[in-house]
Amino acid sequence: MSGALLAPQAALPVALAAPLLCAAGVGVLGARPNLRDGFTVAASVVTFLAVCSLWPAVAAGEPVELDLWPVLEGVTLGFAVEPLGLLFGLIASGLWILTSLYAFGYMRGHHERHQTRFFVCFAVAIGAALGIAFSRNLLTLFMFYEALTFSTYPLVTHHETEEARRAGRVYLGVLVSTSIAFLLLAVIGTWRLAGTLELRPGGILGPASDAAAWTLLALFVFGIAKAAVMPFHRWLPAAMVAPTPVSALLHAVAVVKAGVFTVLKVALSVFGLERLRALGSGLLEGTGPLLLVASFTIVSASIVALRQDNLKRRLAYSTISQLSYIVVGALLATSAGALGAGLHILTHAVGKITLFFCAGAIMVAAHETEISRMGGLGRRMPFTFLAFLLASLSIIGLPPFAGAWSKWFLVLGALDAGQQWVVGVLLLSSLLNVAYLLPIPVAAFFGKPPAPLEEGIHEAPWLCVGPLLATALLCLVLFLWIDPWLGLLEGITG
Amino acid sequence: MTEHLPVLIVVTPLLAAPVSLLLRRGDPVRVWSLLVTWATFGGTVALLSQVLDRGTVSYALGGWAPPLGIEYRVGLANGFVLVAVSFVGAVVLTFDTRAGSSRPTRARRYLYYAAYLLCLAGLLGMAVTGDVFNIFVFLEISSLSSYALISMGEQRRALTAAYSYLIMGTIGATFVLLGIGMLYAMTGTLNLADLAVRLPPVAGSRTTVVAFGFLAVGLSIKMAVFPLHQWLPNAYGFAPPKVSAFLAGTATKVSYWVLVRILFTVFGAGFVFGTLHLERFLIPLSLLGMFVGSLAAIYQDDLRRLLAYSSIAQVGYMTLGISLNNPEGLTGGLVHLFNHGITKSGLFLAVACLAYRLGSFRIDGLAGAGRRAPLAAFAFVVGGLSLIGVPGTAGFVSKWYLVLGALERGWWWLAVMILLSSLLAVAYVWRFVEVAYFREPGQLALGQPRFEPPAMLVPTWCLIGAAVVFGFWTDLTVGIVRPAVELLLRGTL
Repeated sequence: MSGALLAPQAALPVALAAPLLCAAGVGVLGARPNLRDGFTVAASVVTFLAVCSLWPAVAAGEPVELDLWPVLEGVTLGFAVEPLGLLFGLIASGLWILTSLYAFGYMRGHHERHQTRFFVCFAVAIGAALGIAFSRNLLTLFMFYEALTFSTYPLVTHHETEEARRAGRVYLGVLVSTSIAFLLLAVIGTWRLAGTLELRPGGILGPASDAAAWTLLALFVFGIAKAAVMPFHRWLPAAMVAPTPVSALLHAVAVVKAGVFTVLKVALSVFGLERLRALGSGLLEGTGPLLLVASFTIVSASIVALRQDNLKRRLAYSTISQLSYIVVGALLATSAGALGAGLHILTHAVGKITLFFCAGAIMVAAHETEISRMGGLGRRMPFTFLAFLLASLSIIGLPPFAGAWSKWFLVLGALDAGQQWVVGVLLLSSLLNVAYLLPIPVAAFFGKPPAPLEEGIHEAPWLCVGPLLATALLCLVLFLWIDPWLGLLEGITG
Repeated sequence: MTEHLPVLIVVTPLLAAPVSLLLRRGDPVRVWSLLVTWATFGGTVALLSQVLDRGTVSYALGGWAPPLGIEYRVGLANGFVLVAVSFVGAVVLTFDTRAGSSRPTRARRYLYYAAYLLCLAGLLGMAVTGDVFNIFVFLEISSLSSYALISMGEQRRALTAAYSYLIMGTIGATFVLLGIGMLYAMTGTLNLADLAVRLPPVAGSRTTVVAFGFLAVGLSIKMAVFPLHQWLPNAYGFAPPKVSAFLAGTATKVSYWVLVRILFTVFGAGFVFGTLHLERFLIPLSLLGMFVGSLAAIYQDDLRRLLAYSSIAQVGYMTLGISLNNPEGLTGGLVHLFNHGITKSGLFLAVACLAYRLGSFRIDGLAGAGRRAPLAAFAFVVGGLSLIGVPGTAGFVSKWYLVLGALERGWWWLAVMILLSSLLAVAYVWRFVEVAYFREPGQLALGQPRFEPPAMLVPTWCLIGAAVVFGFWTDLTVGIVRPAVELLLRGTL
């Protein structure tokens, strides 16, 4: 993250526009697949470099802003980069490059149809995620939040089958109804109470009454269904009918992280941690009931994950559980908790995308989706299952993997907040993680196949295996290289 | 010449209508009508910019000074309505269905254009005039010509639909006339501004209250407020689609404006809400309209009827804007007049494109539309998103202000109801999406050209594109309506 390639003020518009230009270019080049896919990679690299160029300015505390025009009176379509948004932007755009490469291998290896539409929507979704990351006010954020929902719908229903149609209904039904019924109400309510929608560290609510603030908080937590807090989590397993690159980048990183990022951002910049703490933190007052719901989500989603035999569905429930870690981190309302939540956005993204890449590679190479039939497969696909093992360890939170850091800070945050029971929840969940993740690589390496394996099953194409090895390695690297990220996130608690 | 703009925008289409009867031949009539409607649109834009520059414009018809003579009075609010109506009118007229229309309409195209121009003149007249009897005259001009337009539908049921609209519309117009008569009896004046001065002393009398009732009910019939909406689904469902597009974007909207104008500038909010408590009727009726209309829309098999029921729901939003009786709410209502007008007209045009390509208005017949008519199907999806009120579309802006208005009054439950009802729109829009994109196209749809002619696609996307543009950029909508509403709430134009 050394010297900036672009001046920060120029990098922000580039980062926001590049994915949209990519979508347009992919649409135009649709008839020539090689050129089209080359264009996607080029655009993703440009996007990532542009986001990287923002780092020095943000680290130095310089404002990087872009105001377009007023949409409503007093509310501008505008962007401002702050550390947390930069973190999310880096994750989304960086992993986009790897996912694009992976997607070429997967989509071609799998002979998927409508690849042009696929890559167009994919680019729009990434653009929307970056819009969320850099929004300077709640209205801009809400606009991109909805854009993300609608641009991913064609990806979820990509196969156009009856199953996809039904999954699409659940996906859109849950995400749109919660966002309009709760989130939009919360946004307008904030405007009414605070007189501004600007996201400012330390919060904007001001003198609003506790009851009103609490109602808003609940509306936000449940309205941002992309964070998949129960009972509004059903869309995530449903979305697994999508092609695996979508599950990997969007439903392990961009979409779901957009949800928890929004929750965290609302906690930090609409309420402010002090205001949240002031609401009270007993079990049945203030943030307590919401913490309970999120903790329930952590544990019960893990238990459900145990019972799933379909690998992608098991990973989806695992994601639901892990997302609530971040919600818990935000609701703890302590600096360490918020830091842990921010770090978990990073570490879980890297780990979970690896697991999904592996699931896709197994599907492409061995046409296998059920865990019970993966015994012995590891000896044919050693790299894939090794990556799976490393990423699992990171998700569980064991050193020397990145996941250890975020869990560490979350535990610290819980202790700071005086919520010892949350520590218990985190430990219980880690044990459950072990139970539903580790048996998969263990059986693959040491178990016996249920039926003799077909000849000719070997590693997936290198375009699939390369990216998953890279992200698995990243789980290790990030454990050693956590300082810059800690330094970046230090400022978020205001 | 510019000082005569208020009358020119009405007289031009009014006089152009008989000329098109004389021209008779299809193509010259079309060119002529296009010239007239776009010139009228230009006139309304010039008029609005005049108002923005110099404030309210008053025009004494024939040089007879008001209140004795007829006064045309254009302020920010009705300047905005005029632009909205003439914009939709011009764009929809540009839409050419020649290839898709049936024989009877093709043989008598000049009648269609003549009736269209008359209807446009009537609607603009209703919005521009400052004389209450003149409103009635223009109401009848627009109504009679719209009955003729609706009866031009392809199926014979268009005739019964037009007939039942004629009955309902005549009752509505009669109510309006009765109301006007009573007002005249009480005050001896027909000028709106003058009425506003002379009415307060007699406001307590039963005659005034009854007059208000007649006016409100009569106009509610014309704008299809629940439960006076029965005529609308058949009228929009059986009329030629471009007529539905025109009427859906203009007719109900102008009646809404007239109600707003009479309510706020003649009777005054204090009388209507303080004494009569109109909101006690109007809020439940608006809510019922929003929910019943949307629920009914979900169960329609014909896209035109689906859109028609959705219109009933959207009228509910607009009347809710009135009954909130605060700046935010009324802004929401008036902005929705424009936003919903362009959206719904664009949707009807998209339906016309789809029917042209796939030969069906029924949802079942549109299987595979996403593949067979990609641009038209996508236009319907985008328009549908605006009906739902997705951010980045015009529908979102109006809903934002309505919800804000409800919160301003402290009515959380009402804000929740507004948002819940917009979720119902997801259900009916997605019925189309699932059929258009998830079902294999039928045999009928194969082997035809992929795109509709530009004369169909360009106007459709012009309106749908506007519905997106005005979702991101509200200087011309909220920017004009907001100060206009401040004036309206103070009882002036």
